[in-house]
Amino acid sequence: MWPYLLKRILATIPVVLVVMVIVFLMLRLTPGDPAANIAGDAATSEDIAELRVKLGLEEPLPVQFAIYAKNLLKGDFGESFYYKRPVMSMVADGIEPTLSLALFTIVIACLIAVPLGTLAAFKQGSWVDRLIMAFSVIGFSVPVFVIGYVLIYFLAVKLEWFPVQGYQRIGDGVAGWAYRLILPATALSVIFIALIARMTRTSVLEVLNEDYIRTARAKGLPQSKVLLKHALRNAAVPIVTVIGIAIAILISGVVVTESVFVIPGLGLLTLDAIQGRDYPTVQALILLFSLVYIIVNLLIDVAYTLLDPRIRY
Amino acid sequence: MPLDQHNVLSVKNLTIDLPRNADRKHAVRDVSFDVAPGEVVCLVGESGSGKSVIAFSVMGLLAKALNVSAGSIELEGEHLVDVTEDRLRELRCTRMGMIFQEPMTALNPVMRCGDQIDEVLQEHTKLSSDQRRQKVLDMIEQVHLPDPQRMYSSYPHQLSGGQRQRIMIAMALILEPVLLIADEPTTALDVTTQAQILHLIRELQSEKQTGVLFITHDFGVVAELGDRVAVLKQGELVEFGTTRQVLSAPQHPYTQMLISSVPRHEPPDRKPLAHDAPVVLRTEKLKKQYFSFSLGKRRNVVDAAVDISVEIRKGETLGVVGESGSGKSTVARCITWLIESTDGKIYLSGDNIAQLNSKELRKLRRKVQIIFQDPYRSLNPRRTVGQSIIEGPMNYGESKADAIQHARELMELVQLNPDGLDRYPHQFSGGQRQRVCIARALAMRPELLVADEAVSALDVSVQAQVLTLLEEIRDRMQLAMLFITHDLRVAAQVCDTVAVMSKGRVVEYGSAKEMFQNPQHEYTKALFEAAPGRDFVFGGNPNSM
Repeated sequence: MWPYLLKRILATIPVVLVVMVIVFLMLRLTPGDPAANIAGDAATSEDIAELRVKLGLEEPLPVQFAIYAKNLLKGDFGESFYYKRPVMSMVADGIEPTLSLALFTIVIACLIAVPLGTLAAFKQGSWVDRLIMAFSVIGFSVPVFVIGYVLIYFLAVKLEWFPVQGYQRIGDGVAGWAYRLILPATALSVIFIALIARMTRTSVLEVLNEDYIRTARAKGLPQSKVLLKHALRNAAVPIVTVIGIAIAILISGVVVTESVFVIPGLGLLTLDAIQGRDYPTVQALILLFSLVYIIVNLLIDVAYTLLDPRIRY
Repeated sequence: MPLDQHNVLSVKNLTIDLPRNADRKHAVRDVSFDVAPGEVVCLVGESGSGKSVIAFSVMGLLAKALNVSAGSIELEGEHLVDVTEDRLRELRCTRMGMIFQEPMTALNPVMRCGDQIDEVLQEHTKLSSDQRRQKVLDMIEQVHLPDPQRMYSSYPHQLSGGQRQRIMIAMALILEPVLLIADEPTTALDVTTQAQILHLIRELQSEKQTGVLFITHDFGVVAELGDRVAVLKQGELVEFGTTRQVLSAPQHPYTQMLISSVPRHEPPDRKPLAHDAPVVLRTEKLKKQYFSFSLGKRRNVVDAAVDISVEIRKGETLGVVGESGSGKSTVARCITWLIESTDGKIYLSGDNIAQLNSKELRKLRRKVQIIFQDPYRSLNPRRTVGQSIIEGPMNYGESKADAIQHARELMELVQLNPDGLDRYPHQFSGGQRQRVCIARALAMRPELLVADEAVSALDVSVQAQVLTLLEEIRDRMQLAMLFITHDLRVAAQVCDTVAVMSKGRVVEYGSAKEMFQNPQHEYTKALFEAAPGRDFVFGGNPNSM
């Protein structure tokens, strides 16, 4: 197990390197000039050229990359072109809201999806099953922002149960933090409920046909124990895989939700940074997102060994 | 015959309907039999005869699509057909226990074995956890598993097939039910393990006077274990009597046919090979090792096959016999170049093919063709059998018209209708599919035919037909044949020479006739000893026993 973990952690180094190069090049090869953006509409071409030199954009690409890599090794992600703040501190500010939203969403999604999927599998072919699967198709098809605005309209504007938008830091009170997250997390969770419920159903259905389920029934166990104790744990590996993927998508995919609900997280930051061609910030964010993917994948693989004694590394 | 109320199980006029679109109306029709305390009743039949359906209907575990439409099932006088699900649950494992065919899949892979047995006690008793643990450990000891503490905390995948089946038996019998239902419990096991498990079932049931309903397709097992035997054909009971009566003097034509299909344990006389028959395949110290690596370092070396030196001449059949894990399939796969051998030489018609590159190998591939064990999985379900048969020759440049013409001839050779070429595999029965697989192999005009457990998945009557066919084809086309099997009876029927493998090595190699009469190696002797029902004279005079 430990040698395996070490190997996996070492393997992240080349991945990170490749991501660094690709992001670096992509930003500079796509149209749009950060200097022009910062200088504004009234700037002359001399102003812009001066700004480019100041931002270090006039150096040849390899030199720019070398400087970037050297600073990165020292743990310095550079300074935002736009806000003139260290990128590190901006990202640090954005992590809490994003992480809160992602975890809140995934907890809601799992709590709803796993029981629904299991129920659908158990009642395969019945109206319960069809209803759950119909919901899951709708959940897949409706975009997050539509669900978001519908929820805001009914629950916030009409019924006034929840605030329309905004975020409260966890340090300023857990209750307020959770209260303000419920609406965005619900909106965001719909598609993941659909995804996880579907996977749970398929996986449990497959397991229900296994011989050991028949053995469990032949022991005289009640249906509930057969389902929860024998079926669900065996069905867990694919479900956990999907949940892991969902977490990764969530953290990097909160852009839309954060803009609908105006949550000052990484999503909003990314949106601003890309629009402003804020190279250092975009580079740092994408590097961070790719690290999240890698870590989540590693955690999934570790979770496998806990769920299934046959899997050993 | 004991009185009705004393019977552990009595099934009367049981009829179970199949879903409406099935190929016949009833899974089981009008079946009556009973099981007395301490008695082993065998239910015998080929696949689709309804024997497992009967077992599941007793346990109340029938698939939803099936339902009992007439008749009754009584467990110690209690009617089971209309009883509530809750009552059935109470009866399972307390009054009736069941063990299944596949010990590999019948245990929950993510639960410790001890906990799985313990679950029965948790559900049906009020014992404290210490008492339960002690009882489980005692039971593990009763089924003769070594080191009960370790077995208790092992996961199923850490145990062998035989050990897992012992865990299943412990689970089924821990509350001393009056009835044990065993659904082909030894079919998936090696012959020596099978002998041990049969012995264990005998021991436990006679000690506790448990009635046993034992489902099997193997008349050897029936001869070994059964007090009485019921023969089923397509859901109907055709014969029911004592084992001696039924096996020695079967009355019904179907039973007679089944019993006469059981391959004999003694090799028949075979005409000797021509002395100048050329050697088609010869292996010299063939070796296959598997390595596992850890952090780039070689950790583990497994010798799958070591020093295999055998030869097959034109028109000859070499049988490779052994238990699972003995390396017999590894040898077949090395010879057919499905896997690369580690060392040694393989001469095919004189050319050493062991170290060829893939391009040179391609030219030789058609000379060796293989037939696999499971005809249900070895044909592509989305291609017609015609497409499957002509694909190989066309890859080697044969024109489509020629390939189809040849395929039609081959279909006739394997006794199938040539018009069947346009049909898909699922439209054929298991035996027919295996014939298609044979035709497919022959389409390549091979010199060596490798049959890897090619008849193991077939019913005994179909098995007999396919064996005859293989032998006819070998003689007619003068093929060399490598016949891999775990079944000594089958080997005795078709092989000229036999190589017995154990733990990757050939322990005995020689003419089939001599080996079966006078085995030399300890392992060969043990294998022969373990074959169920080997001393039983099937279909002979009952008085001669």
